[in-house]
Amino acid sequence: MWAFIHKLGSPKWFYRISAKLQPWFWVAAAGLIVTGSLWGLAFAPADYQQGNSFRILYVHVPAAFLAQSIFVSMAIAGLVYMVWKIKVADMAAAVMAPLGAAMTFISLFSGAVWGVPTWGTWWMWDARLTSMLILLFLYLGVIALRGAFTSRDSASRAASVLAMVGVINIPIIKYSVDWWYTLHQPATFTITSRPAMPTEMWLPLLLMVLGFYSFFIALTLMRTRSEILRRESNKRWVRELVEEGQ
Amino acid sequence: MQVSDTAPVASAGVALGEPGGNLMVAITATLKRDLTLMLRRRGEMLNPLVFFALVITLFPIGISPDPELLALIAPGLLWVAALLAALLSLDSLFRSDYDDGSLEQLMLAPQPLAALSLAKVAVHWLLTGLPLALMAPVLGIMLALPAGSYLILALSLALGTASLSLIGAIGAALTVGLAKGGVLLSLLVLPLYIPVLIFGTGAVQAAVFGDGVTAHLAILGALLAGALIFAPWAIAASLRISING
Repeated sequence: MWAFIHKLGSPKWFYRISAKLQPWFWVAAAGLIVTGSLWGLAFAPADYQQGNSFRILYVHVPAAFLAQSIFVSMAIAGLVYMVWKIKVADMAAAVMAPLGAAMTFISLFSGAVWGVPTWGTWWMWDARLTSMLILLFLYLGVIALRGAFTSRDSASRAASVLAMVGVINIPIIKYSVDWWYTLHQPATFTITSRPAMPTEMWLPLLLMVLGFYSFFIALTLMRTRSEILRRESNKRWVRELVEEGQ
Repeated sequence: MQVSDTAPVASAGVALGEPGGNLMVAITATLKRDLTLMLRRRGEMLNPLVFFALVITLFPIGISPDPELLALIAPGLLWVAALLAALLSLDSLFRSDYDDGSLEQLMLAPQPLAALSLAKVAVHWLLTGLPLALMAPVLGIMLALPAGSYLILALSLALGTASLSLIGAIGAALTVGLAKGGVLLSLLVLPLYIPVLIFGTGAVQAAVFGDGVTAHLAILGALLAGALIFAPWAIAASLRISING
């Protein structure tokens, strides 16, 4: 087990192992997302209160899940990099940040689109929307900080520290925003306050969530691999790999 | 890699004398040095206060001079303006020490960097956060803030700005090595300020409406306690990154 983890920490090994893992996650992601969205968009019954507009939840909820999970994964990768100096962890953290920011933006945008028929407005200072917006700013901060350093090592360590500080603060921000919202506004209609979803509605949602996670893993593996090639381009094994390829 | 750099110095420090006694001496010396430095640059010290007063002046001009409307939004305005004023002063927290190399000396000291940077942050709060808190009631009068909430305003700001200084120092330490760190600093730090802002304005609003304020002040205190525990380590780690980079 430990030997496997140690091997995974070496860019060369990670490159080889991920080459075998990657196709499986792509297949899983494509299969789950296609099935989930066909099922969710075409076959699941319409909501008795919201009609067909509830179907945006099949994109909104998985994106929101990922937005939060990616930040936590990024902070864990940062911790691994800071403690054990495993370079692959930092490469993964570096490629995760833009994807996480994109997912946060998708969940905000789909929430706004959902808000038009439901709330009658594009934006409301709802507790979830507000904490998602703050999460987007946290992502942008990590990306901007990484880009601001000229030395790659400093950039990696600074981004790791900021991701860890952010992840400690996310629950505090989330709970204080929830508290702030309940103080200022009476609880309005939210997704979770409805009675439990019937099976034919949440099953496609589950598929979509799993599909989004597979997509995240597949894309992270792929982008980490290209990051490995970029950063290790002066190493012999990369040169040999390129020569073999040609 | 940092460990190997400081290890000989640290062992020398242990060999020189009792580490516990050394630590208190070092902290007092850092406090004294920073206070002296800041008190010799009084103009710079006044800038956040003037900024605070100026921003507060802008709101009645931009919104409305109607006292009833102003009283309604005064808690939030005062808190946001004080928060921005505190943010403005953060960039200079480590800047001059970084430029003249005394930050490296702090790092070479046998005492833990976290404790020494905590002393620096304490001075920052004493000379920025505390004056802002003391000045806020005067600006509150100008915004027609209802009587009876002035003490809570000052108290919540005094407690809150201490957390702001601690959290902000992490951002300042991360960006001190960058040539144009100022805007980046606000991008990094402002999202982390939101809980403090929520409970700070919450305390003042509760005082205005005559509700209990102890809960809000207790949470502000809890946030400060949390920041006191975690922030010094993050500040020290960030300073090490900035110096090495």
